[in-house]
Amino acid sequence: MGKTTMHRRDVLKGGVALTVAGVFASPLRAAPPPAEAVTPALIEAAKKEGAVTFYTAMDLAFAERLGRVFEEKFAGIKVRVERSGAERVFQRIGQEYQSNIHAVDVVNTADQSHVIFWKRQGWLAAYLPEEVVKFYDKKYYDPDGLAIVTRVLVSPFGINTNLVKMEDAPKSFADLLDPKWKGKMVKAHPAYSGTIMNATFQIARDLGWEYFEKLVKQNVMQVQSATDTPKRIALGERAVMIDGAGYLVIRNKEAGQPVDVIYPSEGTPVATSPSVMMKAAPHPNAAKLFQSWMHGREGQQLLIDYARQYSPHAQAVEKPGVRKLSDIKLMREDPEGVEKAADEVKRRYSQYFKV
Amino acid sequence: MTVAVPANSAPRRFGFDLTKPVLYLFAAVLCVLIVLPLSWLFVYSLTDKTGALTLANFYRLFTESSFYDPLATTFIISVSSAAICCVVAAPMAWLVARTDLPFAGTIRALVTASFVTPPFLGAIAWELLAAPNSGLLNKLFRDLTGADQDVHLFNIYTVSGIVFVISCYTFPYVFTLVANSLDRTPGELEDASSILGGGRWYTARRVTIPLVLPALLAGGLVAFLQAMTLFGSPAILALPAGFHTMTTKIWSLFQFPPKPELAAAASLPLLFLTVFLLRAEHMILGRRSYSVVGGKYGAPRLIPLHGLRWVAFALCLLMLMMPVFLPYYALLNAAFSPVATTFVTFSNATWQNVHFVLFELSAMTLALKNTIILGTAAATAGMAIALVIAYVTARQAVTGWRVLGFLATAPIAIPGIVLGVGLFLSYTRPPFVLYGTLWILLIAFVTIALPSAYQQLQAAFRTIHPELEDASRILGATRLRSLWQITAPLLRTGVVATWCFIFVGVMRELSAAIILFTSETKVISVLIYDLNESGDLGAISVIGLGMLIITFAVVIAVNRIPGFGTVRFRT
Repeated sequence: MGKTTMHRRDVLKGGVALTVAGVFASPLRAAPPPAEAVTPALIEAAKKEGAVTFYTAMDLAFAERLGRVFEEKFAGIKVRVERSGAERVFQRIGQEYQSNIHAVDVVNTADQSHVIFWKRQGWLAAYLPEEVVKFYDKKYYDPDGLAIVTRVLVSPFGINTNLVKMEDAPKSFADLLDPKWKGKMVKAHPAYSGTIMNATFQIARDLGWEYFEKLVKQNVMQVQSATDTPKRIALGERAVMIDGAGYLVIRNKEAGQPVDVIYPSEGTPVATSPSVMMKAAPHPNAAKLFQSWMHGREGQQLLIDYARQYSPHAQAVEKPGVRKLSDIKLMREDPEGVEKAADEVKRRYSQYFKV
Repeated sequence: MTVAVPANSAPRRFGFDLTKPVLYLFAAVLCVLIVLPLSWLFVYSLTDKTGALTLANFYRLFTESSFYDPLATTFIISVSSAAICCVVAAPMAWLVARTDLPFAGTIRALVTASFVTPPFLGAIAWELLAAPNSGLLNKLFRDLTGADQDVHLFNIYTVSGIVFVISCYTFPYVFTLVANSLDRTPGELEDASSILGGGRWYTARRVTIPLVLPALLAGGLVAFLQAMTLFGSPAILALPAGFHTMTTKIWSLFQFPPKPELAAAASLPLLFLTVFLLRAEHMILGRRSYSVVGGKYGAPRLIPLHGLRWVAFALCLLMLMMPVFLPYYALLNAAFSPVATTFVTFSNATWQNVHFVLFELSAMTLALKNTIILGTAAATAGMAIALVIAYVTARQAVTGWRVLGFLATAPIAIPGIVLGVGLFLSYTRPPFVLYGTLWILLIAFVTIALPSAYQQLQAAFRTIHPELEDASRILGATRLRSLWQITAPLLRTGVVATWCFIFVGVMRELSAAIILFTSETKVISVLIYDLNESGDLGAISVIGLGMLIITFAVVIAVNRIPGFGTVRFRT
């Protein structure tokens, strides 16, 4: 076990350390909130509430799987999954809270910048599960216990190997501008998906908005979700996925579909995906139990084994088949930058891509 | 119902008649339903964020290409769809109504099937069929011809693709209007032409066609309106292709950060155009009623097609492949396929999607519950309101009955998405904070269903002679009592049918719901739309097939009720 711990830590130090630096960096403070263990009393109280409402940007199949496994473990607590793109989830919560509707217990977004906004609004509840404090590097949770990184998402290219051979496939963002890819690519939308919001921000910062201006001329098929682009290449609707959930491409590949991932040479966009518990949660105890379980060993192992994503849990065991995060050249994540630029990103994007 | 009626027939004026207060209450409710959202639309469109009066929203609407491009696109789509609908539906209606076409009843039933198919479901099914690379039809084409991977027969993500899909689910409006008109056209007029030496085709050209021309024009207008106000199909097909229509643009203005002023301003052209076109339709159809005034008509004569009978039948079936057979097959295929557009065989068929929808999809239970609650409530409330107003206008029971009738038909001029925007603006603020409850959706669905429910029930009332009620009233019953005890039982079949059709209409409504839902008040149509955005086509197919089964069960049940015709749907 000790070896595994080291291993996971190394992986994440190499990769994510860089990317999430600064996310939860905060001035020195008195004392973090005490770590809370899952007690029989908590389980009892959660079962009395009988339900937890989970807004998430995860791929639907995985989110529902998480819910069902949790329900099996804690019989009597129903998990209702409300899935949409992170930007839509963010919008929904804003609209609901504005109208005094407090339906959501736990949120998992794919856009760190949302946490900044929610913290400022004072909407988040402080809760640090014992396992998080024990097994998560400090950079993966908010010092005040308001947010915990659930998973790390990367947005690589994907290809349909029936339509394009690996050796002919685009290896860099620059390659995508080659006329031979005209009409053959699919892309997700930053106004829908948090992964894509971060990816768009990072690409625009590193390659300039001119890059998108050129990309538009390639007749790119525009879908909404970062979970849709992997499905479109699996269908064979387009040969190349410009951005989207890399984990789904890997899952589909492992399920025998003719797809593969490519990590672009300029760097792969990255988004850490945090979960929060709302202060006004209608089921606060069930929310705590779910937060604790999802970030515990069992939830995190499911994240790796079933969903093929990167976990911040030091004890979670890797399953071969996914490239180590430390071996991928990642772009730099900048939640504060995204928080400030989000509206501008959406505006410019829709100006270029027309939708 | 607590009205006391003296046993001996006392003069009626001593009995307390609740009729008037009840009717005024209805009028007030209707006013609130319709006037409130429209007022807020106007207010928002004419103000800026600070609430100051401005025309800037309209200025932007007509000067920024991100607004007038969708306006132009919408116009092109609507005109083309309306034209295609007329070209396809009119000959088919004529064949069904006026010739000895075999299985005419089956053709009518299949048209009804495309009528009740939710257009957004049809759009998704056509995505499965005619996406340029993964579409089943294109795959089949490449397999048969050995064509290169880059070659495709159809591309649904184009303006013409959208026009095609919209036409598939809009032509039944034209078909129904034209077929009804042909059914009603007196045979004597054609006989007169024949007696005077006009041949069959001459008669058709000079008598029959001019008689149905108004219905055809009206059908074209309705088709134009449908195409213009549809949200689901363009959202599913236009956004991937990189362009907006007006409805998707209005919807996008509600995305974060929301711009309600612009959404309101963008809604108003749709509203004005709809009102204008409906006036036009009214004028055209109004003229028709003069042209066929006469005594008792004979049944229209059927024109024998001879050798062309089966050719015509095959042509009709071919047309109905597009809205019915092919899309249903695509959904069925996707429901049991491991990857949505892989042809299902015995070896690769899977129950995975069915299992996922039934046992894993946690949003399903809530959406189904909401849809059933809303369908039941909207059908009951809509039917009740329509019933009372239809009674008042059919019997001209109170002064001002015309106003009530007008109010009940007015919502037909409000496109679903415009109503959604108006209701959102009205009910997210005090004193009526209904956003986030099922009430706001109920109001939307009742408002949308009211015009057709009212028209149906008014027609039903006309078949019941008022002397039956008069007898009851002479014996001392109040209006309400005679309505309850005499008229209601006689109307039962019409009422049940109206109820069912509102219920089916609620299931397929998307354009208002997409603006008004919250996570707790999601309905099935919105759930399907969500699933489409995340690309979960297998789950959509299973839910969609379930929806179709429920819809057909209801429609077939209604058709078992004797003496009941077709009903207009709105989307």
